[in-house]
Amino acid sequence: MKEMERLSWRCRRGLLELDIVLGRFVERDYAGLDEMQKAAFNALLDMPDTVLWDMIAGRQDASEGEQQALLEKIRAV
Amino acid sequence: MAVVKRTFDVVVVGAGGAGMRAALALSEAGLKVAVLSKVFPTRSHTVAAQGGIAASLGNVSEDNWHWHMYDTVKGSDYLGDQDAIEFMCRAAPEVVYELEHFGMPFDRTDSGKIYQRPFGGHMQDYGKNPVQRACAAADRTGHALLHTLYQRNVQANTNFFVEWMALDLIRDQDGDVLGVVAMEIETSEVMILQARATLFATGGAGRIFQASTNAYINTGDGLGMAARAGIPLEDMEFFQFHPTGVHGAGVLITEGVRGEGGYLINKDGERFMSRYAPNAKDLASRDVVSRAMATEIKEGRGCGKDADHVLLKLDHLGEDVISHRLPGIREIAIKFAHVDPAKDPIPVVPTAHYMMGGIPTNYHGQVVAPYDGGPEEIVQGFYAVGECACVSVHGANRLGCNSLLDLIVFGREAARQIIEDLKSNPHPKQLPSDAADRSLSRLARLEGQKNGESVSEVGAAMRRVMQAHCGVFRFPDLLAEGVRKIYEVAERAKCTEIKDKSKVFNTARVEALELDNLIEVAQATMTAAAARQESRGGHARDDFPDRDDDNWLKHSLYFSEGRHLDYKPVRLKPLTVETFPLKTRVY
Repeated sequence: MKEMERLSWRCRRGLLELDIVLGRFVERDYAGLDEMQKAAFNALLDMPDTVLWDMIAGRQDASEGEQQALLEKIRAV
Repeated sequence: MAVVKRTFDVVVVGAGGAGMRAALALSEAGLKVAVLSKVFPTRSHTVAAQGGIAASLGNVSEDNWHWHMYDTVKGSDYLGDQDAIEFMCRAAPEVVYELEHFGMPFDRTDSGKIYQRPFGGHMQDYGKNPVQRACAAADRTGHALLHTLYQRNVQANTNFFVEWMALDLIRDQDGDVLGVVAMEIETSEVMILQARATLFATGGAGRIFQASTNAYINTGDGLGMAARAGIPLEDMEFFQFHPTGVHGAGVLITEGVRGEGGYLINKDGERFMSRYAPNAKDLASRDVVSRAMATEIKEGRGCGKDADHVLLKLDHLGEDVISHRLPGIREIAIKFAHVDPAKDPIPVVPTAHYMMGGIPTNYHGQVVAPYDGGPEEIVQGFYAVGECACVSVHGANRLGCNSLLDLIVFGREAARQIIEDLKSNPHPKQLPSDAADRSLSRLARLEGQKNGESVSEVGAAMRRVMQAHCGVFRFPDLLAEGVRKIYEVAERAKCTEIKDKSKVFNTARVEALELDNLIEVAQATMTAAAARQESRGGHARDDFPDRDDDNWLKHSLYFSEGRHLDYKPVRLKPLTVETFPLKTRVY
């Protein structure tokens, strides 16, 4: 219920790079994720902007597998 | 319709570095403080500041605040108010040490002092040699600042209203400010936040331009609210641009690319910088490169179907140089420009970065306006700090690392002033009966709009007009046409329509309300730019290439009502030292 609306707002970030990449990902790919992946995405959104951007830019990896797999998807957007 | 009301001592709008620095001091003084933020506080745009905080600690090279002050006055192209600049540069070491005490993880020297690095425009001995003045926390100074201040605010019991958007300022018949009307984004619920002091720290409005490095949240909400409430906006013609942002995205391509041998070409494939700067070519200073790019675009040699950008070519450098010497550039180009720079050039355009103007304040953060006699009368109960304010320490052009300093110096000072002012003002003033009317009627208009305009189309039209007519280099014909066009877009913005009328996290509604703010800023910027017949700092005109101190050494004030301009003198007299005399700004 209103999940997409809530998520799109949470993709409003302090860094323009994240606004663009996360916004694109939610629009194109979020609906196709399974529950585990959705949970992993929500956990990523709780991370600080600079850390999240380093992960998406490939300078840092996630600590657990589900998140890492999701990161690969986001990086490919 | 009855609107719920809550009462605080102070309401702070915006939870970036400035808002949180002020809120911390206010909460620690025992005041009941509400801080409103559209996003979680540590996701404010302050996070994007990497460079550092300028302060003459002298930890690495000899330094003092007089030299810092000289650099700032010169950097401002003499439009900065010298009383405020002295105040900021003198306070800098103290506020940095305070942050250290709060636990901010600054980089250290071997002996354990705060390490300082060099940064453009910061010099020793009144402009003679570069000095190491920037205090940084790796390349994440803004991030570290936000986290440090957020933690301290939580400990100090600051009330955060996260995912709340302020809609309008409440002013009574005396012109006093009594709080704001705000909306919770999750529920669309509207509330009156009554306060004895209202502090705006809402950040910049770079999103008025098509090409902007600013995050989507930077919609000039504080400026829009102030303008609608009859407060003027100061020096809005002055924006700082970066020459190479990715066309259509705004993400920066570092100047290091040109340092490594990358160069700019127009639609004919010509390396055009050879014509503008035969020696330095693509390594000429930022403003020279930006103006050359704007000229190429204006004269029809831009690239793409709209001929609105140029190309940054680096494929000749080879994959090795690109991946090893320019880490991250390839990824940025692929992600945001959809080109692989090892094969194809990157479309780039001069990109808006920082807004020097804002809500006029004195150096105590009190909003001042010429509404009651003198040119700088205090608006009772209203304060502004950070990028949304015009103190004015940046004047016509901001020096790197002075923006974070601005946030913490004036965040702290505004809090001190508020604490003092509230002692003689112990009770909230009675709210006018129509306190929420402006916001409610804006919302009702949006709710009932039929056959209206799409928010994204009107927003795109605004950004196109600003970019083409009021960008980094300004031409008289384009400005004149731009004024007419932006006023037309403003008319369209009055009848925006949203299809989705739901209440929960309705981003469409928020974006429509944000556009109301952006369009106020866009009109102010265009109007003030068309009127200022000189080139100074961030305002460069083709027809008036020089600074004109005889006629234009003055701040502009734009009033939304009637879109009229007024001017006030620059405060050339510092607090304790002699005035820095006017000189040509050359580096």
